Amino acid sequence: MSGPARRPWSGQAIFMAWATLVAAGLAAPFVVYPVFLMNVLCMALFASAFNLLLGYTGLLSFGHAAFLGSAGYVAGHAAKAWGVDPLLAILAGTAVATVLGFLIGSLAIRRSGIYFAMITLGFAQMIYFLAVQLPFTGGEDGLQGIPRGRLLGLVRLENSFAMYYLVFVIFLAGFAVIHRTINSPFGHVLRSIKDNEARALSLGYDVDRYKLLAFVISAGLAGTAGATKALAMQFETLTDVHWHKSGEVVLMTLLGGMGTVLGPSVGALIVVTMENYLTGFGDWVTVIIGCVFVAGVLAFRRGFVGEALNLARRFRS
Amino acid sequence: MRALFGQLLVGLINGSFYALLSLGLAIIFGLLNVVNFSHGALYMTGAFVAWMGLQSLGVPYWGALLLSPIAVGLLGVVIERTMLRRLYQLDHLYGLLLTFGLTLIIEGLFHHQYGNSGNSYPVPELLQGGSDLGFMFLPRYRAWVVVVSVAVCLASWFVFERTRLGSYLRAGTENPRLLQAFGVNVPRMLTLTYGFGVALAGFAGVMAAPIYQVSPAMGSNLIIVVFAVVVIGGMGSIFGSIVTGLGLGLVEGLTKYLYPPAASTVVFIIMAVVLLVRPAGLFGRQK
Repeated sequence: MSGPARRPWSGQAIFMAWATLVAAGLAAPFVVYPVFLMNVLCMALFASAFNLLLGYTGLLSFGHAAFLGSAGYVAGHAAKAWGVDPLLAILAGTAVATVLGFLIGSLAIRRSGIYFAMITLGFAQMIYFLAVQLPFTGGEDGLQGIPRGRLLGLVRLENSFAMYYLVFVIFLAGFAVIHRTINSPFGHVLRSIKDNEARALSLGYDVDRYKLLAFVISAGLAGTAGATKALAMQFETLTDVHWHKSGEVVLMTLLGGMGTVLGPSVGALIVVTMENYLTGFGDWVTVIIGCVFVAGVLAFRRGFVGEALNLARRFRS
Repeated sequence: MRALFGQLLVGLINGSFYALLSLGLAIIFGLLNVVNFSHGALYMTGAFVAWMGLQSLGVPYWGALLLSPIAVGLLGVVIERTMLRRLYQLDHLYGLLLTFGLTLIIEGLFHHQYGNSGNSYPVPELLQGGSDLGFMFLPRYRAWVVVVSVAVCLASWFVFERTRLGSYLRAGTENPRLLQAFGVNVPRMLTLTYGFGVALAGFAGVMAAPIYQVSPAMGSNLIIVVFAVVVIGGMGSIFGSIVTGLGLGLVEGLTKYLYPPAASTVVFIIMAVVLLVRPAGLFGRQK
């Protein structure tokens, strides 16, 4: 992608930018419908987790919906059938997605490049078929009326504002994990694998282990996003395990900017907003999303954040 | 016993389509380095062109068998000329993403126009009926599908491995620059290869129309399984795609007889096993 900036941004400017974003996130539910915002935040976390693989490790997973959806089903089932605490339900979903990520990841990293994409797509389709067949998922109907419950037995989450702030905190926590991962020595090794895998290998890094760990972290956080979304939306359906969803997260990341910190969230905001306002157009939504996809691949590969950074860099130098 | 052979026949039919589609994918990937996600959507387009031709113009099956692949092939040429061509210098993944976007567009359009439900396409008169073989009933059309698919695959194999044109194509896979230096128009060859590859998908679509319901989703459900078939077989050899395609179809049929719930997932389980035992695929070479 883009090379490192010649002059780094000052710490103060970065802090101000983050503080503004967090303040905007805190104020948002007073302006915009909270359920819509929760959906955006969950998808933003999903796309950011995905970007850890595509943008920073150079691995295109075409089956990330498997983690989003399976965690959603597990969390939904745990909350609905067993009535567990919402946090525990989200943890359970995350745990299942992490284990699934380890299983699929350890098989998929045996091939690289385009085969990696096909393998992840294949396993995700298998999860989809399982979701159709397994008894607890509700098949075509999915899980409906998932209770949000009381947070730690205290806070009633049926109140959309309370739920929103929980989602916001989870999003920030997930985002912090990703940010920390990217900026750790581990993250630098991931980037070196993306840029030149053979070189990283020759320098003595066990490339497969790094890839697998990145895959597991990404899958786990995608699971957190899915589990949180199931509670926030109060339903879980096959849409979340379908390959359309796996493609959608690629689109979000591409539109926002691969390998940028904020890009996937911007992309998620755009795509979810688009889908929200276009629902009246029925089947045209798919066509429009497809057109955006094609246009993005052909002419807009840096994405919004990538282009903005590029402009800012030119302006500063 | 009859049930077993019946399922095996269904498996063999599915396998014929896996073979035809993975053959097209392998040809396109070999030369263009593009994983053509829209292969399934173009297969569906082929089936729909046949169905629409019959509905509105009365084009018979035999005409569709010729016209549909041409129409789909032309569409492929347009796609390659206007879009895919711009991505050859970039990472392979952009080709996959572009064709994914195209899949959404094509499927969305058909979905909008024809809805979700399937449309049936009549079996041509000449191939109606069937014969009782004692251990099973063999519908004539199904026998035709298997025979023609295998023949088309073998013919492609012959063209690739034994003719002058095939030698150009193989040279293009190995080293396109050198081939161009020898005076071969490589860009045009790439366009025609993509056109031919997707025409094969369109042809498979027409063959499938009388067997499966013609519906907008028929392609994408199939293509993901075909990707798994490609991972299992490896895209290295044409012969490999044929054998793997037919073999996995049979395994699927057998599973449907022995343990029906696993029929839709058995291919992916085999994929997992192959990745563990022979990561490069059964017929592939590890690069």
